[in-house]
Amino acid sequence: MRELFTADAGPALINITLLAILFIVALAIARLRSLFAIVMLSGVYSLISATWYIAVDAVDVGYTEAAVGAGMSTAVLLGAMLLTARTAKPDKPFKRIGPFLICGATAVMLIYATVDLPGLGDPSSPANTGPGMTYVHINWYDTAVPNVVTSVLASYRSFDTMGETVVVFVAGLAVAMLLGFGERSLAETLRKTKKRRGKGKEGDVS
Amino acid sequence: MKSDHHVILRVIGKCFIPLIVIYGFYVQFHGEVGPGGAFQAGVVLAVAIILNSLTFGLTATMRAVPPVFARSLAAVGVLIYVGVGFWSMMQGGLFLEYQALFGEPPGGHDGQHAGIIIVELGVLFAVTGAMITIFYALAGRVAEIRDEDW
Repeated sequence: MRELFTADAGPALINITLLAILFIVALAIARLRSLFAIVMLSGVYSLISATWYIAVDAVDVGYTEAAVGAGMSTAVLLGAMLLTARTAKPDKPFKRIGPFLICGATAVMLIYATVDLPGLGDPSSPANTGPGMTYVHINWYDTAVPNVVTSVLASYRSFDTMGETVVVFVAGLAVAMLLGFGERSLAETLRKTKKRRGKGKEGDVS
Repeated sequence: MKSDHHVILRVIGKCFIPLIVIYGFYVQFHGEVGPGGAFQAGVVLAVAIILNSLTFGLTATMRAVPPVFARSLAAVGVLIYVGVGFWSMMQGGLFLEYQALFGEPPGGHDGQHAGIIIVELGVLFAVTGAMITIFYALAGRVAEIRDEDW
């Protein structure tokens, strides 16, 4: 709290504003029953988190959040929402006590852990003194790639990135195996247009 | 498609989809010097195609980008990535050791640059293909967003 008055108040104000918006959006998501509005608000949530990541200088994380959280998962949730009902059933009040207690306990633990975190950009923090700094120093001589994030991801930890790529591929494969490849709607539309033109025969479209 | 009360959506989508694709490629090839990389670029490219299917209908999109193409693209991407690993092994290096790609002495950086660019291309293909496949699998069960859902 002292930093709010001694340090430059601008960044603190931005942080507080963004986190307050996040809090309000989260409350609205918890209160709403319309699934369409919830999907859209979760996209808004991701976009504001991305803004906040950029405000704390984690540009790559913010970028990924904006692309995956706000773009991709909103579209996927929209597609999933179309398969189910449009509104959630109202739940009984006493059923909310369990989740509320779990969330409260997690929040208390997280706040307790925050006390030990190093300050933002602290040069003596573990992240800035350990292997991370070594990569910054040896990166140019090893790879001559200006962006350290890219050289660490694609060169030093290439095995790791290969695993991630395979995970993404397997995820796509698993969804396609479970839900089908989505060609049913294409085949159905083709059949419809064929019938409309009067050329199609019965049962020739598999 | 017969009614045109989504005409604003379609016109804006038509303007934005090429820009999104160009931006995706910019992120891909600028990843060595700026933030972002192949994972983000792949998602951006997939989102351009998804936006196309949300505004112009899934069937039109499936004709332009067939589901077979999407899932082959994902497999080819993983193959490219693993292929770079075997290429460096055939040059006498370790698996995915970019320094060995062109047999350079230590201090040469061409192998590093080439390896990173090819590997990121593989990641781009894999992520784009997998994301489009997931979206097709989910969206292919309901053909269109009905008007009362908007």
